[in-house]
Amino acid sequence: MSVVIIDYGMCNLGSVKRAFEECGATVIISDNPRDAEQASHLVLPGVGAFGDAMKNLVSAGWDVAIKKNVLEQNVPLLGICLGMQLLAERGYENGEYSGLGLIQGDVIKLYNEKLDPNFRVPHIGWNDVHSKQEYVLTDGLRPATDFYFVHSYFFKTTRAKDVLTTTYYGLDFPSIIRKDKIMGVQFHPEKSSRAGFQIIRNFLTIN
Amino acid sequence: MLKARIIPTILWKDIGIVKGVGFNSWRRVGSLLPAIKVYNTRQVDELIIVDITATEQDREPDYEVIDEIADECFVPLTVGGGVKTVDHIKKLLRAGADKVAINSGCYTHPEVVSNGANLFGNQCVVVSIDVYKHTDGSYECFKNCGKTPTGKCPIAWAKEMEARGAGELLITSILNDGAMVGYDLDLIKRITDTVGIPVIASGGASDYEDMHQALTIGNASAVAAASIFHFTEKTPLEAKQYLGAKGILVRKF
Repeated sequence: MSVVIIDYGMCNLGSVKRAFEECGATVIISDNPRDAEQASHLVLPGVGAFGDAMKNLVSAGWDVAIKKNVLEQNVPLLGICLGMQLLAERGYENGEYSGLGLIQGDVIKLYNEKLDPNFRVPHIGWNDVHSKQEYVLTDGLRPATDFYFVHSYFFKTTRAKDVLTTTYYGLDFPSIIRKDKIMGVQFHPEKSSRAGFQIIRNFLTIN
Repeated sequence: MLKARIIPTILWKDIGIVKGVGFNSWRRVGSLLPAIKVYNTRQVDELIIVDITATEQDREPDYEVIDEIADECFVPLTVGGGVKTVDHIKKLLRAGADKVAINSGCYTHPEVVSNGANLFGNQCVVVSIDVYKHTDGSYECFKNCGKTPTGKCPIAWAKEMEARGAGELLITSILNDGAMVGYDLDLIKRITDTVGIPVIASGGASDYEDMHQALTIGNASAVAAASIFHFTEKTPLEAKQYLGAKGILVRKF
């Protein structure tokens, strides 16, 4: 059994793989949805545009494989950055696209209406996350720990019970979402030094 | 709240790290991988590494070296030097860069910014602008590592690059770079007043107060520095302690 990092051609997977290995996991990067069957944990990374990402996932058959393993086999899934956003029902990046629909919500643009210099878009850099409820994924983190964010869109949901942490950037947006064993982080744990590793280690304890 | 970032810049030439003065007289200051490991251990906010000879030698970025570096780097990594096409961006991202900085390539192939932003998201496209201040006080963008004038005004160019999809701007003052005379605050402020994307101030930091001014007077989202970290005892951590005491939000760990 091993951690399967889903490769759908959207980004650098090397540092995600190395970060999971640093945390003691056996990792394979796979572009073959059949490998999901062997996964103890699934990781959906991603950088890029929502529509292209969904197109790549669907054309490779990953959408079906992810849903089957996550919903039927209860395999823990962690979406990172764009990978988190893809868990939503819809994305509004340059159009309207269907997401995986695993967690209720829409992905919409961060908008800096007043061009406040404190809230330039994209949101790039270290920002603190605030816990809204307890869950093993955030165990051991100090309050208001900083993580590294790089994004222009955010996961908008009305279901408070799916929101594990929020982060403030002109508005409070969900920085970690979770429904059952489906989790998404808007920041990059693999680029967030020790705090990021803590999240990864916590994720690996979920089975 | 979002924190101000302190970013060491690593200029890299033929496998060694170098640092110049006014984009010239490069001094060799060490080799690449050990430096990355040190900054990584110190949990810096971010790193910028630029291969300063790629454009001059008309070659692509060295993906193998970046791949090797990225594997050791658990902080965000911006890579520049020699980027001209979307394919170069793609290969750098796959090698492990989080963001790609494009400079000379923007003047000859401006579509690389828009196409790169469309394909990979604008958050990973950093446009780097090297600015020369003429004796009459006017500003001009230079390319090819500060060697070639472009006739472009940096304020208009910054706006055009934002419109094309740049997610961030790295603004370097050629005259101040390596001279340790402080950032060009007027230049930084004029650009941050013009664009809505984050701006990284670069070139000239001599002490922590220079960083403070770039963040407050210049309104920069981040400050990049090389000489003061390479040639003095100053460190990114101390910079943050200084800035934090002055009321700037910085990341603590």
